[in-house]
Amino acid sequence: MTDFSNVMVQGYRRDNGHIGVRNHVLILPLDDISNAACEAVANNIKGTLAIPHAYGRLQFGEDLEVHFRTLIGTGSNANVAAVVVIGIEPEWTQRVVDGIAETGKPVSGLSIEQNGDLKTIMDASHIAKQYVHYATELQREDCPLCELWISTKCGESDTTTGLGSCPAVGNMYDKLLPIGITGFFGETSEITGAEHICKHRAINEEVGERWYKMWKAYQDDVIFAHQTDDLSDSQPTKGNILGGLTTIEEKALGNLEKIGRTSRYIDILGPAEKPQSGAGLYFMDSSSAAAECVTLMAAGGAVIHTFPTGQGNVIGNPIVPVIKITANPRTIRTMSEHVDVDVSGILRRETTIDEAGDQLIDMIIRTANGRNTAAEALGHREFSMTKLYRSA
Amino acid sequence: MSEIPHLLVHDHEDTVGVVVVEGLEAGTDMLVCITHDNSTFRLKAEQSVPIGHKISLRDHQVGDTVYKYGEDIGRIIQDCAKGHHLHTHNCKTKRW
Repeated sequence: MTDFSNVMVQGYRRDNGHIGVRNHVLILPLDDISNAACEAVANNIKGTLAIPHAYGRLQFGEDLEVHFRTLIGTGSNANVAAVVVIGIEPEWTQRVVDGIAETGKPVSGLSIEQNGDLKTIMDASHIAKQYVHYATELQREDCPLCELWISTKCGESDTTTGLGSCPAVGNMYDKLLPIGITGFFGETSEITGAEHICKHRAINEEVGERWYKMWKAYQDDVIFAHQTDDLSDSQPTKGNILGGLTTIEEKALGNLEKIGRTSRYIDILGPAEKPQSGAGLYFMDSSSAAAECVTLMAAGGAVIHTFPTGQGNVIGNPIVPVIKITANPRTIRTMSEHVDVDVSGILRRETTIDEAGDQLIDMIIRTANGRNTAAEALGHREFSMTKLYRSA
Repeated sequence: MSEIPHLLVHDHEDTVGVVVVEGLEAGTDMLVCITHDNSTFRLKAEQSVPIGHKISLRDHQVGDTVYKYGEDIGRIIQDCAKGHHLHTHNCKTKRW
């Protein structure tokens, strides 16, 4: 087996020690009504990226905390060099600025009230231009592969994901977690049917019990509290069923292949929480909807996302390269422009899971070194905030 | 493996396999491979089944449990004979 412990990638070493593989200057709206100003700044200053989203007003309680964690985490992600935050009012804007500033990266906040969009856009554009000069002078440098933070979540799954693309991700984790990477998996509702197995994949009984409590709470408080009909119409999804998946149990067992044979999760994270227990694999309590889940994991600090798909999910993320991997030969035939790693050889028994894992690791290294993923080249920048309940 | 398999099965305990070729037609003498150890056997496809969909490896009757990955993936709600298409029309989750 290849030894990956000394493999280096060309990344950006940030002031807080974290390694990024992209170098974005973000124009980050605090709230929905600041989207227009952010998009105007991004239009003015080339090399910046606005990430508009739908929420940020009248939220409260844990829902508000998830909102702040997501924005602060996104700005703090090591793929981001500098951030301009724009909000309607100064106080919540400053909270996001202060959170991001803890990383040591350049960050400024502007608020629209008593200034108007036009003055805010002008002031923000001047700052954003300085940040672009700063970011474009940063150089990629040798960084150890073993320090990368890599997440996974699958989408538009079918039976081939459980046979090929998810086991390939699992094989990658089985090889890279022991050398020190930090990993993320999640999709709380989609573990249903395999929860008895997932519970025992914890590092110890205490973590497993905490995981099970979290999973059960999702079942009771989210799924069963809001169901209006037989959930068979939502889980599996219509796309899953077209792809041949029949039940949530079957989907969950395939999903769990993503953590391989030997990997154990060491802790549980709330939505958008950052790992605090050192290197290792973490389960993040998250929706199974692709954009919401990848957004949360990126906010948690993942800098590369591995995305197994069967029927062909096209998702991307504004700040994290999303690597698509599929084993479905029909998907390769009909939508190859979305696929970064083709492991359909597993279905023909020409490729082993071990070889497929190596193929994925090779693509992770190339992506870290700067190769744009299919989703990046196609302009997929889905950024979806998780909303826990209605705003006040 | 010189011949490409038509159907893949995860484990020996499984009662279904997955079609992994496009355009599988009724009557095909399928090569079935159990991925756990790459052992093979042959099975006749009694129906044309799309890629990714499942074929029953034995006669399932109403109330039977269906096994895949060596695990329970649901219950039979309409009889499904060996070699036939097993999906949402004859199998349902036990969860909801």
